[in-house]
Amino acid sequence: MISIQNVNKWYGDFQVLTDCSTEVKKGEVVVVCGPSGSGKSTLIKCVNALEPFQKGDIVVDGTSIADKNTNLPKLRSRVGMVFQHFELFPHLSITENLTIAQIKVLGRSKAEATEKGLALLERVGLKEHAHKHPGQLSGGQQQRVAIARALAMDPVVMLFDEPTSALDPEMVNEVLDVMVQLANEGMTMMCVTHEMGFARKVADRVIFMDAGRIVEDCPKEEFFGDINARSERAQQFLNKILQH
Amino acid sequence: MNYNWDWGVFFKSTGIGSEIYLDWFVTGLGWTIAIALTGWLIALALGSLLGVMRTVPNRWISGIATCYVEVFRNVPLLVQLFLWYFLVPDLLPEPLEMWFKQDLSPATSAFISVVVCLGLFTAARVCEQVRTGIQALPKGQLAAGYALGFRLPQIYRDVLLPQAFRIIIPPLTSEFLNIFKNSSVASLIGLMELLAQTKQTAEFSANLFEAFTLATLIYFTLNMSLMLLMRLVEKKVAVPGLISVGGK
Ligand SMILES: Nc1ncnc2c1ncn2[C@@H]1O[C@H](COP(=O)(O)OP(=O)(O)O)[C@@H](O)[C@H]1O
Ligand SMILES: [Mg+2]
Repeated sequence: MISIQNVNKWYGDFQVLTDCSTEVKKGEVVVVCGPSGSGKSTLIKCVNALEPFQKGDIVVDGTSIADKNTNLPKLRSRVGMVFQHFELFPHLSITENLTIAQIKVLGRSKAEATEKGLALLERVGLKEHAHKHPGQLSGGQQQRVAIARALAMDPVVMLFDEPTSALDPEMVNEVLDVMVQLANEGMTMMCVTHEMGFARKVADRVIFMDAGRIVEDCPKEEFFGDINARSERAQQFLNKILQH
Repeated sequence: MNYNWDWGVFFKSTGIGSEIYLDWFVTGLGWTIAIALTGWLIALALGSLLGVMRTVPNRWISGIATCYVEVFRNVPLLVQLFLWYFLVPDLLPEPLEMWFKQDLSPATSAFISVVVCLGLFTAARVCEQVRTGIQALPKGQLAAGYALGFRLPQIYRDVLLPQAFRIIIPPLTSEFLNIFKNSSVASLIGLMELLAQTKQTAEFSANLFEAFTLATLIYFTLNMSLMLLMRLVEKKVAVPGLISVGGK
């Protein structure tokens, strides 16, 4: 579903990504972790062409991003993305947040878009908030709406960039629950997260990044199995985040 | 000081037709409002376009807008007015020049000059407000728009500008008030707006203080009403759940 092939990216002279390669198969859940600044966000943003890269290619559901003829807006409309800071549109109601792209990008009718949006809102447990605005919801609720907004586009894959790290601790689980449910339904997911409980529960594979490189890329059982078999950087990282 | 106060002067005949002095003020106020509103429409439309241009990820487009702002903000308003009124018509193609200088009434040609001048001058200032408003938004809003499959113009129209304009209502209000004050430059090219009518009343009636007091009151009332109007607009478009600046 996603094939990342030798991706290299520079910000000026600074190389953010070095020879990153991996595959995410249909229905697979891949967790990406690593220290801050290691390039996780950059990599995941390359997958829906939010960030350009200079070398290599990424193929999403058969569409090459490096190909100059690719219609990037169309590709992005088929890739769901959930951001650390939700990025709901604060001036629009929850319903409008859920329908605007369905109507303006996919060309659905307002009635159809609303029906779809409200069904998804119900699925994330927020049906009664449809008429409100994002500023009137808690962080956890906003992130669930953001997930519903991405799902409304019928994405072939969902990308998450630290979806719970801007949340108060008591709201983390309501968001993770939605993500677990999604994973169990067979959604293809690439999640940047430090929630190792989530990774243990639903991930098929875990990728560990450091300094712009994919250092580890292995099945979950292997990753969490024998910690001493991990690279030194991964061990340091895991020790830090598994302490508490 | 030997001054004859006479607050009844406004109801006295001007000696021209059956006009009383108050009629002059009413005509002047009419011109002032016409100049300011027309100029404001130009400023708002052009300023928004330029403000967007300054934030677009294209060096040429943003460069053009930056140059515009530097030129129009840094040349004094009066210089700009004289250029528009005295110089630009001479540079027009022959038929247009003739039309401007001979077919139009002097008031109309002065009106066009001052409206263009104020519109373009204020556009530079509106541009900077719009740019500030757009840049104040979280970067993620643009990314979220792209991620949903929007193209850049759609993102500006549906995501960035509706938020940016809400943020900048207070500074836009003060630009709106400024254009009313600045409209008085029209008196320098013979357009009989409020200030010109005031001066004329002062000269004709010799009741200088009354004339300028009334003018002050009119400008003041106008400003206060506009400010209240903009407060209403701000309240009307306030987003539930967000703290609004003037909506308290
Ligand atoms: N727009 C940018 N310009 C220059 N450097 C950047 C930019 N965005 C990110 N970086 C740098 O790229 C590196 C990787 O960033 P990021 O992908 O956000 O890391 P992570 O998500 O793993 O914390 C960091 O060192 C960061 O400072
Ligand atoms: Mg990050």
